[in-house]
Amino acid sequence: MRRIEGKAIIELRVNGEARTVAVRPSDLLLDVLRNQLGLTGAKPGCKNGDCGACTVLMDGWPVKSCLVLAVEAEGHELLTVEGLEGKSPVQAAFVGHGAFQCGYCTPGFVMVCHAMLTHHPGAEELVMEEWLQSNLCRCTSYSEIRDAVRAVANAGKRE
Amino acid sequence: MIARNFAYLQPDTKEQAAAFYQEFAEPFYYGGGSEIITMCRAGDIAPDAVIDLKRIPEANVLRLEGDALVIGGCVPLRAIGDSGLFPLLKLVCGRIADHTNQCRITLGGNLCGTIQYRETALALLLADALVVLFGPGGARAVSIHEAFDERMRLLHGEFVLQARIPAQALFLPYVHVKKTAGEKIDYPLVSLSALACGDGVRVALSGLLPYPFRSRAMEDALSNRSESRERRVQNAIQCLPAMPMADYQGSAEYRQFVLRQTLAAMMEVLNL
Ligand SMILES: Cc1cc2nc3c(=O)[nH]c(=O)nc-3n(C[C@H](O)[C@H](O)[C@H](O)COP(=O)(O)OP(=O)(O)OC[C@H]3O[C@@H](n4cnc5c(N)ncnc54)[C@H](O)[C@@H]3O)c2cc1C
Ligand code: FES
Ligand code: FES
Repeated sequence: MRRIEGKAIIELRVNGEARTVAVRPSDLLLDVLRNQLGLTGAKPGCKNGDCGACTVLMDGWPVKSCLVLAVEAEGHELLTVEGLEGKSPVQAAFVGHGAFQCGYCTPGFVMVCHAMLTHHPGAEELVMEEWLQSNLCRCTSYSEIRDAVRAVANAGKRE
Repeated sequence: MIARNFAYLQPDTKEQAAAFYQEFAEPFYYGGGSEIITMCRAGDIAPDAVIDLKRIPEANVLRLEGDALVIGGCVPLRAIGDSGLFPLLKLVCGRIADHTNQCRITLGGNLCGTIQYRETALALLLADALVVLFGPGGARAVSIHEAFDERMRLLHGEFVLQARIPAQALFLPYVHVKKTAGEKIDYPLVSLSALACGDGVRVALSGLLPYPFRSRAMEDALSNRSESRERRVQNAIQCLPAMPMADYQGSAEYRQFVLRQTLAAMMEVLNL
């Protein structure tokens, strides 16, 4: 049983490290990642669950961190775009296919694609469509994003 | 940022959850949190405590038990879909919000939320499911038809612990069609679920009226094979319990038009 009232010190496992933060129960994971841990990859967009710019992974599944309380994340493994350290094939494919313009939506897209390709290495079109519909891009780089993800998925199919 | 703070409680048992509920003046049970967080941020609600149900073992069950599929109230829609145990519910869950939100939105949250669509109720109504509710008075298993009348009718301090779906309903031929006004991911203009059962059909709808419903009168009209398909669809529409909603997504007439097309397509697919 856990009970948190007022402000509390909690430990978050982020990108493989244990990080200690002081939070109120009503603090959002997105704000804590950005303002307390300096992990500014996850972006505030709509803060309403619609745009996906704030997406991070919790135990390997994508979540919109604007709709998660920081206290809820205790005991779970969090992965932000910083934790990929530029080594995810998705990141290379986004660069290779020019899959962004302003780049604001990119960390969210990268995290969703990374999770999808971890769960479905050779993801078919239908799976891609289903997962990627969670994110919006105002600059409409959609076709380049699709090309980038498809390239990584096709490589996954060959393996 | 949420302006007003609250206490966060994470019980390990259903009994602890019900006890916490009684300690506070304005407590909210907390599933995936997507609606609670949005409404707190907007200042629409101001809980003094949220009781996170996700550590309660019975609320996380997703398995066949005897002659029923048991789904815990905290199981996220994504897991229900991935399990493939109830193909109709899989389709319904797959069209609620988007995939990332489906990783958080829970069955209990969708059934009990303020957002009127509550589309998972469609599959539960058609399958004649039981819901197991838990509160200060203990557990009670009630038919979904008793528990869900336009919305969940819970006693003070009760929460949805589980839904139990009779195994015989799981693999009946089914249809789920969700029509939106524009984008694929949106609230429904008309969301229709159907199960073919014997010679007849069961239908439930969301988006059409300000609440989800199953209509026996519509089912009788649609199952009456002595009439042509066109006539049966017409008769079913005449049995609607109220005028369709009119809002920014579509007028009442447009919703009725969409319903007509959707019912006709359903008849075709189920070969009725
Ligand atoms: C971007 C987005 C799109 C959406 N699109 C759709 C859609 O297309 N169709 C649709 O039907 N819905 C849609 N919704 C609505 C969504 O299903 C509801 O808001 C739902 O309440 C969220 O579930 P949750 O588990 O996150 O609930 P929470 O935010 O945790 O809770 C919501 C409400 O339910 C109560 N509650 C939660 N769990 C339980 C329980 N086990 N027992 C009793 N009460 C409980 C809470 O006290 C609260 O009042 C959408 C939501 C979002 C954010
Ligand atoms: S900022 Fe979280 S979904 Fe838009
Ligand atoms: S690249 Fe600008 S929002 Fe997507």
